[in-house]
Order: sequence, then structure tokens, then C-alpha cells
Amino acid sequence: MRPYDLAVVGAGPAGLACAVAAGRAGLRVVLVDGGPRLGGQYYRHAPPSYRATRPGVLHHGWRTFAALAAALPALDVDVRLRHRVWAAETAPDGLRLHCLAGDREETPVTFPAARLVVATGAHDRVLPFPGWDLPGVLTAGGAQALLKGELVLAGRKVVVAGTGPFLLPVAAGLAAAGARVRGVFEAGRTAGLAAHPGILLAHPGKLAEAAGYGLTLAAHRVPYRGRHAVVAAHGNTALTSVTVAKVDAGWGPIPGTERMVPCDTLAVGYGFTPQLELALQLGCATRTDADGGHIVAVDARQATDVPGVYAAGESTGVGGAPLALVEGRIAGLAAAGRPAPARLLRLRARLREFARALHAAYPVRDGWRGWLRDDTVVCRCEEVPYARLREALALGAADARSVKLLARPGMGPCQGRMCGYAVGRLAGSPEGLGHRPIAQPIRLADLARFEGDPT
Amino acid sequence: MPDVVVIGSGVVGAACAYYAARAGLTVTVVDRGPVAGGTTGAGEGNILVSDKGPGAELDLATLSARLWRDLAAEVAGGAERPFGDLVEYEPKGGLVVAETPGILNALTGLADRQRVHGVTAVAVPPEDLRAYEPHLAGGLAGGVHYPQDAQVQPMLAAAHLIRLSGARTRTGAEVTGLLRGAGGRVTGVRTARGDIPAGAVVNAAGTWAGEIAAFAGLTLPVLPRRGFILVTEPVPPLIRHKVYTAAYVAGVASDDAGLETSAVVEGTKAGTVLIGASRERVGFDRTVSLPVLARLAAQATALFPRLADVRVIRTYCGFRPYCPDHLPVIGADRRTPGLFHACGHEGAGIGLAPATGRLIAAAIGGAEPPVDPAPFLPGRFAA
Amino acid sequence: MNPLELVGASPEPPFEIVFAGTPVPAYPGQSIAAALQGAGIRAWRTTRVRARPRGLFCGIGVCFDCVVVVNGSATLRACLTEARPGDEVEPA
Ligand SMILES: Cc1cc2nc3c(=O)[nH]c(=O)nc-3n(C[C@H](O)[C@H](O)[C@H](O)COP(=O)(O)OP(=O)(O)OC[C@H]3O[C@@H](n4cnc5c(N)ncnc54)[C@H](O)[C@@H]3O)c2cc1C
Ligand SMILES: Cc1cc2nc3c(=O)[nH]c(=O)nc-3n(C[C@H](O)[C@H](O)[C@H](O)COP(=O)(O)OP(=O)(O)OC[C@H]3O[C@@H](n4cnc5c(N)ncnc54)[C@H](O)[C@@H]3O)c2cc1C
Ligand code: FES
Repeated sequence: MRPYDLAVVGAGPAGLACAVAAGRAGLRVVLVDGGPRLGGQYYRHAPPSYRATRPGVLHHGWRTFAALAAALPALDVDVRLRHRVWAAETAPDGLRLHCLAGDREETPVTFPAARLVVATGAHDRVLPFPGWDLPGVLTAGGAQALLKGELVLAGRKVVVAGTGPFLLPVAAGLAAAGARVRGVFEAGRTAGLAAHPGILLAHPGKLAEAAGYGLTLAAHRVPYRGRHAVVAAHGNTALTSVTVAKVDAGWGPIPGTERMVPCDTLAVGYGFTPQLELALQLGCATRTDADGGHIVAVDARQATDVPGVYAAGESTGVGGAPLALVEGRIAGLAAAGRPAPARLLRLRARLREFARALHAAYPVRDGWRGWLRDDTVVCRCEEVPYARLREALALGAADARSVKLLARPGMGPCQGRMCGYAVGRLAGSPEGLGHRPIAQPIRLADLARFEGDPT
Repeated sequence: MPDVVVIGSGVVGAACAYYAARAGLTVTVVDRGPVAGGTTGAGEGNILVSDKGPGAELDLATLSARLWRDLAAEVAGGAERPFGDLVEYEPKGGLVVAETPGILNALTGLADRQRVHGVTAVAVPPEDLRAYEPHLAGGLAGGVHYPQDAQVQPMLAAAHLIRLSGARTRTGAEVTGLLRGAGGRVTGVRTARGDIPAGAVVNAAGTWAGEIAAFAGLTLPVLPRRGFILVTEPVPPLIRHKVYTAAYVAGVASDDAGLETSAVVEGTKAGTVLIGASRERVGFDRTVSLPVLARLAAQATALFPRLADVRVIRTYCGFRPYCPDHLPVIGADRRTPGLFHACGHEGAGIGLAPATGRLIAAAIGGAEPPVDPAPFLPGRFAA
Repeated sequence: MNPLELVGASPEPPFEIVFAGTPVPAYPGQSIAAALQGAGIRAWRTTRVRARPRGLFCGIGVCFDCVVVVNGSATLRACLTEARPGDEVEPA
């Protein structure tokens, strides 16, 4: 196969903006995403067969997406949806993306390219608590994805909990679409950003967006409580209620404040974890973000320290769709050897400042450890209870990797994507369990095909 | 001051600590990382007698296999469960298969010679192979069953041996030098977090043991030999034994620097299937090599066609500590009093750990060694 | 209000898939997970160790909680796999 000038992994805001910018600059691009439609998480939308007349009501800035998607056909951009990248590697003659094509066929396909942009986004960051493995408990992003992408309500009686401003659009969307939202429980302070009035004034758009969600929630009489957390979920074979408690500034539950809230669904999220496996496979340097998470280190042109490899969007720091769009454009221009306009760079700086303020306003405090009981499952895949983790630490494990090797959290199919953050926090090592030389499961028979000439 | 400081909390250091403590010595274990975070954390945990030809290493291996079995049955330190349960000891046995009559001939010849040294080896005609492993590929020439082969979870084994030893453990403390006394005697270790004086120092730094020896001005030729393992998604029990092709025996003993692979396949209690084994000398390079992974996958599916549709979910690599003569280094370094080596176990350190620990404890305490220590003595490298 | 009304959708007619012997309607383009969820089925798998029920958790293919067997092909993520007419879905 003739190498592409540029391969972009991820067709979310960052990857889309990148592919369009690079395509407009004349590059021959392949845009690869595992999902069935363009848009990534933020612009996730229903299949065309749903014939939605108001596809944008669940999204801010839908027109931006529509314009980007409409620009693609005229450009030399080869859009490859339903292609999961399981490995990315540098080869003597450029870079290679190894994919599995088809959601159930999983046919191996390899794309060679001179340059590569990692725009793989993030997934929900979750914390364990008793009962969180019950059906009916799902991530905040998962509830949002089901609504935006499938037009299905996660449940009828819903509690939304966790931390960060993302809880608001989730609750507002569910309420607007007909769910009864029993409450939004923010473990931090609801007015987290009030401590940074300057930041808010500098971002009137964000303020208006937040106000919009506030109005929706008020119209549906949805309470929004700060310093409250869901500390346990209950039910026999499915969720029937949650325990909500008031928490102190360190997120420790305040005794006597617990109350049961009946619900069939809990949407819970404590921020986002960037998906770094492909960047790590390529050997890109990482650094610690303002929220303690691991992110790809990039320079002003969104270039990583590996020649020809760029990164944009949440993989370089969780900052939301507007920042992802800007970073994607800058990366696309840089990959084409074009300088980014100063206006774009200034916008990026402002959006990053906003993201930093959000991280500072919504940190994850250690008190969540107090929600755990001995038998609380920490690793959902291997069903490792908290007691086993503590044993591993007592035996001399001192970081996430050694806890994993002694007690198995992170060894199952999700490879620590769900428990890695908690295990890292419990073991005192920020890097978690992010190294995944195989980014997506691959059949042995398909892996075997790479013997000899891999492409 | 402890009687012994052990450098390295891998399975070898752990076994040294355990048997030294059993011999009545007080022990401190230092490691620059967490417990067992070195090659032990990358090992598969097989305790094999099957892959060794007659000689010193086989004697060490049969002793070690017995020690593991005895350890497994012990209920120590107020534990509710026997040691074997804590470390996932499984006396699963090994099945070595031969693809061609020629290879089978070599294999059964090896088995004959091993039997003389106390190895139980049962020839398996081709038509009986599926009674041992129902999902094996057809067309194999035959095999040999080794009931003494067993498995442990190596990190748990190391961690529990250290716990049972009662040794003080200092993790996150890199050894940066050796303390020297009168006549050049080694009197302890210097670490990034302070000096630890001790009566004797055991170098169980695995693949990095040469660096420790260099602190005493000694050369110890321990080098890395990289190996990759593939891990599948959990599947219902499919494979009962450790199953490998006879080519493995040749690969283990090979001197070739290039890539060698042979199919080594086994199931685990967690339901995953582990697939090895590759051997290459590429220094400490961790870059994943797709051609190597592909070859492992191809060989495993050739052996067990049912695996073709099973998915690999992860891979990892480690660096076996090997010496040019493929024997471990165990015993006192006569060039430097006070210093003992327990390293260079290549692809067999987990299996050989208890016997190594016994030899080291005997050497430090001046007791009768359980096997002839001569072939393993560091003196063989003295110029 | 429901989500379809909210975006003014008029989906093409649903087809049928079968989950553990029971027919379940699925709209063209819908994932197997969404079809099950839409039919009120919230758990479709039992865990290996504790035999606990599981269904959708992350919704985007990263948690592997939702895996199913589709037409005999094992461990597909229901949230990533688009339903096709006649699919026979079984717990993984
Ligand atoms: C489930 C979920 C829902 C969210 N919903 C919202 C929301 O409603 N509102 C909001 O403000 N923010 C939301 N977010 C936050 C979201 O991270 C950002 O808003 C924004 O989408 C980030 O843009 P991005 O381009 O960096 O990444 P993403 O939009 O996450 O896009 C990354 C893309 O990369 C693809 N990808 C990743 N790895 C691979 C691989 N190995 N092979 C192939 N493709 C791959 C993914 O399929 C995805 O489409 C959500 C996040 C999550 C996880
Ligand atoms: C892929 C693979 C599969 C294998 N499978 C098997 C198998 O099935 N059966 C088997 O028996 N063997 C197997 N092996 C081999 C086995 O893993 C090793 O022989 C064994 O783990 C070596 O143990 P060790 O204690 O000597 O070394 P390690 O476990 O590496 O321990 C050495 C320790 O020393 C520490 N250290 C090093 N330098 C310093 C310093 N300066 N200061 C402080 N601490 C230091 C390190 O941090 C490390 O923890 C396998 C190896 C590989 C790579
Ligand atoms: S719900 Fe997480 S992978 Fe499908």
C-alpha cells in the first residue's frame, strides 16, 4: 500500500479537525476510528437511519461538527470507520498502524504513513465503591453515549454522581430526554469554579453553557448537591437504590448523613483518563497533568518527542471538545509543515488555562478510600476485592504494576482501563496501568499473520 | 546488624532469605524496586525438570522441584492455607510433544537419560496424546509426560517466601556500592537510602548481578536474554499441562544470539492461556517486536488449533539472566570474602530458587550442601 | 418526552435479534447493547469468579463488561457490535 502522508487515529473533535486541516493543506490522509460514525465522544450521534430532524439538540456546537464532516468528501481524506487500531509502530520507512476492520469481522488491515497524529481521546475515570459492579450502575460517559449515539435512556429513575462539570450535561440530557433524575451529587463543591471568577469571565461561552444546563435541571426539579457522594449501590441482581452521604472536604463520608435514594440507574464519573496506549507503544514521552493523570507530552506544534508523531485532544490533557478542536487543527497544520495562526495559539492557551482551572477546582480527594470495604470489587474484570489489594501492599508491592502482579487487578480484558486509576492511587503510583502493547484484543490467528512480512 | 543482606527481592533472593532464616540467620532484603518487580515479575512460573539434560543443573532442578513440593504442603506462620495455595502451586505436569519421528527419537533418548537422574518420564504414543490434552493438533509423532513438572505464581512465591523468612525488607533502596572491611572483606551494602552493614552479602540481583559484582571490582558475565509472553483472554479450561514442543529443549540450551522461538503453552487458574517462548539477545530493549509475537501466535495455534479464535489481550517481556555456560552462579566468591552470588538462572530461576537458597544458606552457615556445589561456583569465571 | 422525540427521529422499522432464545427488536444501526437495554434487559452476562450479573458499564468499548457471544463468535463487545437481522446473542 502506498504510504499516506498522514494517519490520524481518532475521529473525535481533535482527529476530525486535524484531518480537515491537513487535508486542506494538501496532505493525503487516512482518518481511522474504531467507532461506526464520525464525531468521537462529544459529537456522538444516532445512525442516519434514525432520520433525526434535530440531531444537534443534545450537542453544543453541532454546526462545527457538521461543517467539518461536510468538508471531508472534497479532501484527500480516506475515512476508515470501524477500524480499531491494535498496534502502532515505527518502521524504517515510516509509521504503521495495524487495525482490525469491522466490528465483528476484525479483519487485519495495516496503514503505512509518513506521519501520525494520536487523537484517541479519553474514557471515563471511575472509582470503586460497594455495589458499583451491579447492572444499572454505569459511567456518566456511558449514559451519555447511550443517549447521544443510540437514543436510548440508560434508565427511568436516575442518579448522577461523581465530580466535575461533565455531570451537568449528562443529567440535563437525561432529564430532557424523559428520565427522572433524582439528583446530581458532586463530591467536590458545586461552585468549584467560583473560586476563579476571572477565569469564568474570560470564558463567557462556558458560563452560558453551564447556565443552560442549570436551567434544564431547574425546570425538571433536579437537585444539584455539592459535597455529596454515592458511597454505595444496592440491589440483588440489579440496582435498586444508592446510599448518598455528605462528605467532608477530603471526601470522607460524614457519619449520620447517609440516606437511601431509590433508583434503577446510577451514572457516575470522576473525570476522564486519556487513552495513551498507542502513544506509549510508539515510545512517546509522557508527563503528569494538573489532575495527576498521565498525558502525552507535546510541544507548541503538538509534536511528541518521536519524530513524525503528533498528539492532540484529550490524549494530551483532558480539556474538553473546544480545546480538542483547536489542538487538532494545530496538529494537522504542523503535520503539513504549516505554522498555526497566532490567533489559534492564543485560543489554545486560553482553553488550556480554563482546563487547568477546572482540574484545580475538581480534584479527586483521598476520602473515597473510606467508601471501600474488604469485599468491594476494585478490579471488575478479575473481581479482585479491596482486601486482596491491601494484602499485596502488605507483601511489599509498592506501585500499580507490582500490585497488579501480586493481586491481579488490571490483568483482565479491560487491561486496567477501569481500575488502573484507583489501583495507582491506592499504591501511591500515578502512572497507573497504562502500558498496553496490544491496544485491542486480537485473535491469535490474526496475530500469526504478521509472521514474515507484516504488511 | 543482620547476619545476611540479600540484594534483590526476586524469587532467587527470596529463597535465599527464606533458607538463611531457616538456618537461624537474621536477614535483610534490599531491592531498588518493589518486591519481585524484576524478571520474576515477568516469569511464567514453571518448575521444570523436563527441559534439562543430565548434569549439574538437572540435579539442582530435581532437588528444587522436591523442595517446592514440600514447601507447598507446609502451613506456616499461622496461615490458614498451605503455602501452595498462597502461591498458586499447581503440580500440573508437563507434556513435551514431538512433531516428527526424528524429533521423537531425540526426545525419548533424552527421557531415558533423565530417568537415571530421578526424573519420572512417561512415553506417550501419538494415539494417547489427546487423552492428556484433548485439543492438541493431530499429526504429532508422540510425546513424553513429566509428572514432576509444576507451576507457581512467581511473584506471590517470592513475596510469601520473604514474608515467611521474617526478613526486614527495604524496597525502593538501590544498592550503589559494597562496604569493605579488613582484607577487602565485604561487610555490607551501600544504598541510596543509607548503609546496611551485614555479616555476609548475597548478590541476587538477577540480570543486573554483574553490576553488583563490579562494585567489588569483579567480572560476572550475567547478560539479558529477552523473552516475550502472550496472554489470552480467559477461556474455559482448554489446556491441562504445560505443553511444549521438543524444539524448546534445543532452544533453552542454544548459544545462538538470534531469535529462537518454540511453542510453550499452558492454561492458568485465572482462565488465561500463557504462550511463550522466545529468546533473543538484544540487550535491555523493551520495544515490542510484532514478528516475534506473530511467531509465538503461529506456533501456539499450530499446536492447539482451537486457540486460533481466542484473543490475545496482552503481552509482556522480561530479560532472563544468562551466563555463557548456561549454568547459574551460586556460592561464595573466593576472590572477595563475605560476598556470595545467587544469580544467572536464565529461564529457570523460579524452578531453581529453593535449591539455590539451600546452597547459599549452607555456604554462609558452613553446613553440608544439599547437592555438589562445585559446578555452580563463581570461581569458574576467575581469569 | 423520549429520546427519539427529542431529536425528532423517525427510525426505519426495527428488525429482530434473539437474546438467549427471546426475540428482541433492534433498529437499523443500533448496537446489540442498545437493543438489549432498550428492551429492558440490563444484565446479559455472568462473571467468572463470583457469578455476578453484568451488562453495560462504560458504553464505549473500554470496560469489556458487556461481552456477548454472537452467532457463536465469542467475546464481542455488545456496545461496539451493530445488531444485524437474525443475530443470535448469548451470554459470554
Ligand atoms: C463516553 C464519553 C462521553 C462523553 N460525552 C461528552 C459530552 O457529552 N459532552 C462533553 O462536553 N464531553 C464529553 N466527553 C468528554 C470528551 O472526552 C471530550 O468532550 C471530547 O470528545 C474529546 O475529544 P477528542 O477528540 O480528544 O477525543 P474523543 O472524542 O474521545 O475521540 C477519540 C476517538 O478515538 C477513537 N479511538 C481511540 N482509540 C482508538 C483505537 N485504538 N483505534 C481506533 N480508534 C480509536 C475513539 O473511538 C474516539 O472516537 C465524553 C467522554 C466520554 C469518554
Ligand atoms: C518471559 C520469561 C519467562 C520465564 N519463565 C520461567 C519459568 O517458567 N520458570 C522459571 O523457572 N523461570 C522462568 N523465567 C526465568 C525467571 O523469571 C528468572 O530466572 C528469575 O525470575 C530470576 O530471578 P532473580 O531473583 O534472579 O532475578 P529478579 O527477579 O530479576 O530479581 C532481581 C532483583 O534485583 C533487584 N536489583 C537489581 N539491581 C539492584 C541494585 N543495584 N540495588 C537493589 N536491587 C537491585 C531488581 O530490582 C530485582 O528485583 C522466565 C523468564 C522470562 C523473561
Ligand atoms: S460497556 Fe464497556 S465495553 Fe461495552
